[in-house]
Amino acid sequence: MKNLFDAQVEVLNRQMIEMCGMIENTLEDASDVLQKLDVKRAQEIIEGDAVIDRKEREIESLCLRMLLTRQPVAHDLRVVSSALKMITDMERIADHAADISEIVTMIQYEVVKQPAHFTAMSRTAVDMVHRAVDAYVRQDVELARVVIADDDIVDNLFVEVKQEIVDFMVKDSTRSIEGMDFLMIAKYYERIGDHATNIAEWVEYCVTGLYKGDVLR
Amino acid sequence: MCKIEIKDLDLFYGDFQALKKVNMKIVENRITAFIGPSGCGKSTLIKTLNRMNDLVVGCHITGSVTLDGEDIYGDMDVNLLRKRVGMVFQKPNPFPMSIYDNIAYGPRTHGVRRKAMLDEVVEHSLRDAAIWEEVKDRLNNSALGLSGGQQQRLCIARALAVQPEVLLMDEPTSALDPISTGKIEELAVELKEKYTIAIVTHNMQQALRISDSTAFFLLGEVIETGETQNLFSMPQDKRTEDYITGRFG
Repeated sequence: MKNLFDAQVEVLNRQMIEMCGMIENTLEDASDVLQKLDVKRAQEIIEGDAVIDRKEREIESLCLRMLLTRQPVAHDLRVVSSALKMITDMERIADHAADISEIVTMIQYEVVKQPAHFTAMSRTAVDMVHRAVDAYVRQDVELARVVIADDDIVDNLFVEVKQEIVDFMVKDSTRSIEGMDFLMIAKYYERIGDHATNIAEWVEYCVTGLYKGDVLR
Repeated sequence: MCKIEIKDLDLFYGDFQALKKVNMKIVENRITAFIGPSGCGKSTLIKTLNRMNDLVVGCHITGSVTLDGEDIYGDMDVNLLRKRVGMVFQKPNPFPMSIYDNIAYGPRTHGVRRKAMLDEVVEHSLRDAAIWEEVKDRLNNSALGLSGGQQQRLCIARALAVQPEVLLMDEPTSALDPISTGKIEELAVELKEKYTIAIVTHNMQQALRISDSTAFFLLGEVIETGETQNLFSMPQDKRTEDYITGRFG
């Protein structure tokens, strides 16, 4: 006979996977919108953020209900508490997708050329999110650790991108607004990488009981 | 410091082995919780600590239990042992006499006769059990008129009146409402400053709230012991995890 708590965990997992899918889609869309400077779709992403916020609330209240009614311990407690922490990062990732889209809606100039390392950086960050989600779905600690390690790649690429932006702004001051916009977008991707790292760290905690190598009590 | 040490303890009720090679240390001024499904041996073990099983026909044990290094199944006087190791049961069991006489019963048995001395012990014990304020104006009333929670605190006071060193509690709150349960739990935490406490509980949250270390029993064996926080967050044995998360038991 299935334990009542296990049935709730199944519902929680379904909801989490659904929210993961939502943020993956919105992030893909934001990257695409940025490439094509598609203002109409950018607007749709901004409006769609509310749906993800509602999903976060829904999962949050399920988790609180599970804590209140079941008072879980050991792995059960880690499942619920890591879900509660992860949805905050997932929601932030969606916020950043909306932030990037908002910049796209305000671009009034001809984008001459995106910084050379920009695509690699945004791809790596988006890929980190995919794999963090995958690690959660499969409860795969090894994959979670790869995601955590990849954060350094994104951070280093951000430094490169920043330098490129500074360089072209020094050469051509008429492109300073473009430079500022892309610096902000790059920062959003860098933050997305951080949130993917956080998700991976909570996956590791959920499976092993260790958070960044420490026992959480 | 280790107050009670249990070594290779086997206990049989006739042919039935209720405890199997139990090894455990109960540390001074800490609360040790015994958890496990019904019939796993935790109450049997707690009763062994002040030889309450002596009266059970067909009960025999091998191995040793020492109190401050002294074998309690050796030359130790059983009455003296039970003065040093007091016990509180699942169901409050006040004697059918006044509140005062319930508390004075133990000291009188141990030879205290002076009224002033008894008065002091009664007040002190009732204060330590956090029930003095509720009963101080009706000490001569029957203890049976108290509520369940008050009766249980009275029983704790009665145990404290003979100045024990160890307090054994066998599911002390299972018959009580949440308010009374909360009071007994607070009391246990206060009392550990002066006493060593071992508590049997079926309430996982209670073990988590008040105990410092926990031992998980199954079919007469100690499966796992550890700091309570560790045992409930990262149990080492799958059977412990399955029990504390309600998957069996």
